[in-house]
Amino acid sequence: MITPYMPRRHGQESTAVTTNIAGPAPAEEAVPRDSAGHGSADSPPVVRVDRLRKLYGPSTGVEDVSFSVYPGEVFGIIGPNGAGKTTTVECISGMRVPDSGVIDVLGLDPQADRAAVRECVGVQLQESALPILIKVGEVLNLFASFYRQPTDAAELMDALGLTEHRGTTFRRLSGGLKQRLSIALALIGNPRIAILDELTTGLDPQARRDTWQLIEHVRDRGVTIILVTHFMDEAERLCDRVVLIDRGKVAALDTPAGLAARAGGGSHLQFVPSALFADSVLTTLPAVTAVEHVGPRVRVTGTGDLVTAVIHALEAAHIEAKDIQVESATLDDAYVRLIHHAGHIRKEALRP
Amino acid sequence: MTIHAIPRRSTPTRARPPGQGFRELVKVEAKLAVRAPIGLVLGVLLPTMFLVIFNAIPALKKPAAGTTLTLFAQYIPVLICLSLALIALVSLPIPLVTNRQTGVLRRFSATPAPPSWLLAAQVLTNLAMAVVAIVILVGGGALFFGVHLAPQLAGFALSALLVLLAMFAIGLLVAAIARAPAVAGVLGTVLLYPLLFFAGLWAPRQDLAPVWQHIGTYTPLCAAVQAMESAMQGHFPPAQPLLVMAGYAVVFGIAAVRLFRWE
Repeated sequence: MITPYMPRRHGQESTAVTTNIAGPAPAEEAVPRDSAGHGSADSPPVVRVDRLRKLYGPSTGVEDVSFSVYPGEVFGIIGPNGAGKTTTVECISGMRVPDSGVIDVLGLDPQADRAAVRECVGVQLQESALPILIKVGEVLNLFASFYRQPTDAAELMDALGLTEHRGTTFRRLSGGLKQRLSIALALIGNPRIAILDELTTGLDPQARRDTWQLIEHVRDRGVTIILVTHFMDEAERLCDRVVLIDRGKVAALDTPAGLAARAGGGSHLQFVPSALFADSVLTTLPAVTAVEHVGPRVRVTGTGDLVTAVIHALEAAHIEAKDIQVESATLDDAYVRLIHHAGHIRKEALRP
Repeated sequence: MTIHAIPRRSTPTRARPPGQGFRELVKVEAKLAVRAPIGLVLGVLLPTMFLVIFNAIPALKKPAAGTTLTLFAQYIPVLICLSLALIALVSLPIPLVTNRQTGVLRRFSATPAPPSWLLAAQVLTNLAMAVVAIVILVGGGALFFGVHLAPQLAGFALSALLVLLAMFAIGLLVAAIARAPAVAGVLGTVLLYPLLFFAGLWAPRQDLAPVWQHIGTYTPLCAAVQAMESAMQGHFPPAQPLLVMAGYAVVFGIAAVRLFRWE
């Protein structure tokens, strides 16, 4: 049975919190954040992908991907088009058979235990299709009947704002409503893990924000989420950890902040000081990693709460900082750098 | 942090999805069949129309030369074949191919329900329409045109069942190999006309040149007409047409299962 993997409900995670996470973890397998994040590193992973390989041609598919997803976290999969993101999640949900490697979902094999895995894994497909004449209420009730312990379709429709559209046929739904229905179908089986592929592609900014909020609600209900995206702001906002897949291989795996810091060297602060001062005023601060002088300006690089630390130190030394500029390294920077490091810019996806 | 080993279960305890799911699916497919009534129009409305129109022609109620059947009764097997062919070659394959091409089958394959359920539900709704068409034609024939099936009801039912299976097998093979709905439409139509020609829709079979008559006996709809005609005249259908129909059902059925593409 799969009972040991109780879904984590919000606010009842294990009390044993590790405290050794100060900076970005350099290891390939970064540990999920316990204190701030929603993952729980003390529990065994709910999904384990080990040396997955699934090739469609010489340069498409997944070559070698390994990672683990822990209960309750939002795990992001980012990377260029055709890098193998969708292939990876399709292998997890059992929709594709890997060439080699091990996939473990709640102790089950997606191929051998087909129905059992699908029972606890809800899937939102990149392009979801339904019969054009099926109605919203019908398809939700139908999909509910496929699961042993489905969630209440009426409640789900309420939560997703689909109730007033329950009698609308699929072909008459707008893009945003189709997306919401697609999310509803991923959740109707009351899954422990939800795989969401390109959740907000094609949505307007308001609909994106609404969808993000919805995902946070789902996460708060204790569902582990695997999110495939190519929007860095989305990954930064929603994900506890992200894996960057490039050309079928794992290029990096860390928290969004960790990835950003790793590639960009933390955040930067620039200012014009009111008087000259010794560098040691700043270099002695734990948050500061480097101090440079660029003309009249001072450029400080560091991590953590850099701005507060620097301003306080300057105040204590009776120095006024003028024209302050703060730039923080974002996941976007990290993405561009890491992909750039990989030495190429990929063309459009070459999926079969 | 080390990766915990996860004990792998050897025997899945919940290997089967709940059975009520299939019933729900059949219900939904039935609703969809009413909403997009291609099958209902072709298979049910059309034969009813034939009955009403032919009822307005008194000459058709006279006995045909050399048989105990009325002229119209002679035409009933051909009309049954027309309905079955339209359902099996048009109404059945096109939605199946559409579901595969647009990704509906893929969406289903992500649930505990096997995608074969969707296929089975669509075959069932079309079978139901085909049976309704046969009942309308035979019932109408009995009510208005003096068709008597009672003496060889079993022989007639067997013939109808075999042609149903043969035509559905052919329709499923079309669905199996066609990549796009338009291709399925073309394939279905290309098969429809010659099969109906040999069944005698446009000219009585007896009027064909002997070589064509001979070829015809190896086509499923011609065999069906032969078998049903003899049942209507009170004889158990001869072995050859029954075997021809069974052969089509088996060969095309196996080919369809073997060649079916899920993606």
